[in-house]
Amino acid sequence: MAAQVQALPAPAHGEQRGIDTALVGMLLFIASEIMFFAGLFGAYFNIRAEHTVWPPQGFELDLGLAAVLTVILVSSSFTMQYAVSRIRKGDRTGMVRAMTVTVILGVVFLLGQAYDYATLGFGISSGVYGTLFFTMTGFHGAHVLGGVIGMSIVLLRGLSGQFSARHHTAVEAVSLYWHFVDVVWIGLFSTLYLLR
Amino acid sequence: MATTVLAPGATRIYQRSALYEWLTTTDHKKIGILYLTNSFLFFLLAGLLALVIRSELAVPGLQFVNSSTYNQLFTMHGTTMIFLVLMPFLAGLGNYAVPLQIGAADMAFPRINALSFWMLPLGGILMFSGFFFGGAAAEGWTSYSPLAQAKYSGSGTDLWIVALLLIGTSSILGSINFLATIFKLRAPGMTLLRMPIFVWTVMVTSLLILLATPVFTSGVFMLYIDRNFGGAFFDPASGGNPILWQNLFWFFGHPEVYILILPAMGVISEVVPVFSRKPIFGYKAFIFATLLIGGLGFSVWAHHMFTTGAVYLPFFSLMTSLIGVPTGIKFFNWIATMWRGKITFATPMLFALGFLTTFLVGGLDGAILASPPVDYALHDTYWIVAHIHFVFFGGTMFGVFAAAYYWFPKMFGARLDEGLGKVHFVLMLIGTWLTFFPMHLLGLEGMPRRIADYSPAAGWTDLNTIATIGSFVIAISVLPFMWNVFVTLRGPRDAGDDPWDAYTLEWATTSPPPPYNFDHLPPIRSERPLFDLKYGHGARRALPAASLATADEGAH
Ligand code: HEM
Ligand SMILES: [Cu+2]
Repeated sequence: MAAQVQALPAPAHGEQRGIDTALVGMLLFIASEIMFFAGLFGAYFNIRAEHTVWPPQGFELDLGLAAVLTVILVSSSFTMQYAVSRIRKGDRTGMVRAMTVTVILGVVFLLGQAYDYATLGFGISSGVYGTLFFTMTGFHGAHVLGGVIGMSIVLLRGLSGQFSARHHTAVEAVSLYWHFVDVVWIGLFSTLYLLR
Repeated sequence: MATTVLAPGATRIYQRSALYEWLTTTDHKKIGILYLTNSFLFFLLAGLLALVIRSELAVPGLQFVNSSTYNQLFTMHGTTMIFLVLMPFLAGLGNYAVPLQIGAADMAFPRINALSFWMLPLGGILMFSGFFFGGAAAEGWTSYSPLAQAKYSGSGTDLWIVALLLIGTSSILGSINFLATIFKLRAPGMTLLRMPIFVWTVMVTSLLILLATPVFTSGVFMLYIDRNFGGAFFDPASGGNPILWQNLFWFFGHPEVYILILPAMGVISEVVPVFSRKPIFGYKAFIFATLLIGGLGFSVWAHHMFTTGAVYLPFFSLMTSLIGVPTGIKFFNWIATMWRGKITFATPMLFALGFLTTFLVGGLDGAILASPPVDYALHDTYWIVAHIHFVFFGGTMFGVFAAAYYWFPKMFGARLDEGLGKVHFVLMLIGTWLTFFPMHLLGLEGMPRRIADYSPAAGWTDLNTIATIGSFVIAISVLPFMWNVFVTLRGPRDAGDDPWDAYTLEWATTSPPPPYNFDHLPPIRSERPLFDLKYGHGARRALPAASLATADEGAH
C-alpha cells in the first residue's frame, strides 16, 4: 500500500535517544537486586521484632574491622566515579588507573570479610542470628565478588584499548552496579552494627 | 550482470541444520515459539499428573497411589502449571508479539532472551528428576515450613528449590528484557498511549515480576540455607519464624497471580475489538485499571494468611476488596466493546468469551474470600481449588488458547481449522465447568484440599466423580487442538498477512514475518495503526471489506 513509507525503526544497536538501552537494562537489574535484598532485610527485621534480647547473647561482632571495611568500600565508590569521569573525558589511561585502584579496594574488602568470618566466634548454624548475619553479609560479599569480576573485565577491555569518550557503556554500567553494592553495604553496616 | 562465484566451501558454513538453528536462535519470534512449545509439553505433563490426582479422588479409597505419592503429584502439578506452563506461555506470547506490536526489530537483549528461555527446560528437568531421587517435592506449590524443612522432606525439595531459583532468574531476566524493549525500541510514533493493550499488560506484568520475584528468590535461598547449612530462618526452635516464609512467599505469590492473568487480559483486549469490529472501549481506563491492579497487587498478600492470626485483618481485607474494582472496570470495557459490535464467532473470539464467563466466576469466588469470616470458613477447602482453577484455567489458559488461535496464522502463515477449533472450545468449556464447578460445593461442604482420600460417609463422592469425569473431558479436548496444529502445519501456508482484518502492527508484515520483522511500517497515529492505514485515521468502525481498495487515502 502506498502509505507504507516509513523506514525501518532503529535496531537495538543503532543510534539512540535518551539513556543507552544497556544502561536501562542495568538499572532494571539493580531494581530487582534491591528487591532481593529487601527480602533479606525484611527477614531480619521480622525476626528481630520477635526477640526481646537482640542480638541474642553470645554474638559479638567486630565493629572496628567492619568500620575499616566500610571506609574501604565507600572510598572505592569514589575511585569508581573518578574512573567514569576520566573515560567521559576520553582519558583511558586515567580510567584504567582508577579502575585498578577500585578493583584492589574491592579485593581488600573481600579479604577483610574472609578474615572477619574466620575470627568470629559463631557460624551460620549457631541460631537465627548467625543465620541472618552470614546470609546477609554472604550475599553481599557474593555481589562484591561479582562486581570485582565485572570491573576486571572492564579493566582488561580498557587495557586492550577499548572505550572512548563516546563509547563506554560497560564502564557506566559496572559503576552503577558498584555503587549499588556499596549502598547495600551501608544499609547492612547500619543494620547489623549500628542499630543493635 | 557479472556473476560472483563463491569458493565451494564458502556457503557451507552458513548451511546449518534447522535443529542447530532452533537451538541457537536469538530471534524473538523463534524464542517465542520455543517458549510456547516448551510450555505446551509441560502442560501435557502436568495435565497427566492431574488426571492421576482426579482418578485417585473419583471414589473413596486409595486405588492408584499412596498418600505420599499423592502429595508429590499435587505439588508437582501445581508448581509446573504455574511456573513452567502459565508463566512461560505468557512470556512466549509476549516474546512473539511485543516487538512486532511496537514495530521493533527484536527484543532489546536477544542473547539474554535465549538464556531466559533455556533456563526453563533445565529447571523443569531438575524439578522432575526428584521423582527418581527418593521422591519429588511434596509440600504443595506453597512449600510451607516446617513441612519443607529437611526433617520432613528429601532431596526432591532441594531440586524444587534449585529449579525455582533458575525459573525465577529466567523470569526476572525476561522482565528486564521486556521493559527495556518497551521503553527503548518502540517505532517512531508509537507513544506509550498508542501501544496495544497487550503490550501494556506485558509491561505491567514485567514490573510485577521485576519487583516481586526477587523477594521469592530470597525466601527460596533461605529455605535452602535452612535445609542444607543448618540455618534457622523458619525454625522457631532456634529463634526463627515459619510465618516469615509465608510473608515472603505471598509477597511474591499474590502479585504472581496477576502476573499470570494480566497478559491474558491483554490477549482478550486484542481479540475482542477485532472480532467485534470496534475499537476497545475505554482504552485509557483499561490502562489505568491495569496499573491500579499492579499497584494494589503489592498490598494484599496477607489475605492468604488470614487464618494464621499473625496479620492485620482490616487492612488486608480492605485492600483485597478494592483490588476487585479495576477488574470490574475491565469487564465493563470488554462488554462495552462488544456492545452493538459486528461480532464474528471465530475460535479466538470463542475462547475470549469463554474467558469472560469463567474468569468472572473465578474472580467473584476470590472476592468473597476478601471477607475474613468467610475466608476462615473456606480457607484450605476445595473452594480455594475451585477459585484458582476458574481464574487460572478458565482465565489464563483460555486466554492462551485465544492467543494461540489468533496469532497462529502470523506465526506459521496458516489458519487453524475453525471446525476443530470449535470442537476444542466446546469440549474444553464443558470440561472446565464440569471439573471445577462441583469443587465450590465440595468446599462449602468442608472437603479440605490436598487430601488423597475421603470417607464414603462424608457425602462427597458424587461431586468428586463428576469432577473426575470433567477432567477427562478437558484431557480429550486437547486432542483436537493437537490434531489441528498437526494438520494445519502440513497444509498450505496461505493465510496472508492479515487474515483477521486486524488493527495492530504485527499484521502489517508478512506471515511469518522476516528476520527483523518489518521492511516498512505504516504511520502510527493511534493505537490501531493498521486499521488507520486500511480505513483512514479517525474512522471509528471497520468498513465492509469491499471498500478496502479505496482506503488508500489513509495515507494522509
Ligand atoms: C477479585 C480478585 C481476587 C480476589 C479478591 C482474590 C482473593 C483470594 C483470596 C482471599 C485467597 C486466599 C484464600 C485462602 O487460601 O483462604 C485467594 C487464593 C488464591 N487466588 Fe485469588 N483472588 C482474586 C483474583 C485472583 C486471580 C486473578 C488469580 C489468578 C489468576 C488468583 C489466584 C489465586 C490462587 C492461585 C490462590 C490460591 C493460593 C493457594 O493457597 O495455593 N486470584 N484469592
Ligand atoms: Cu492473593
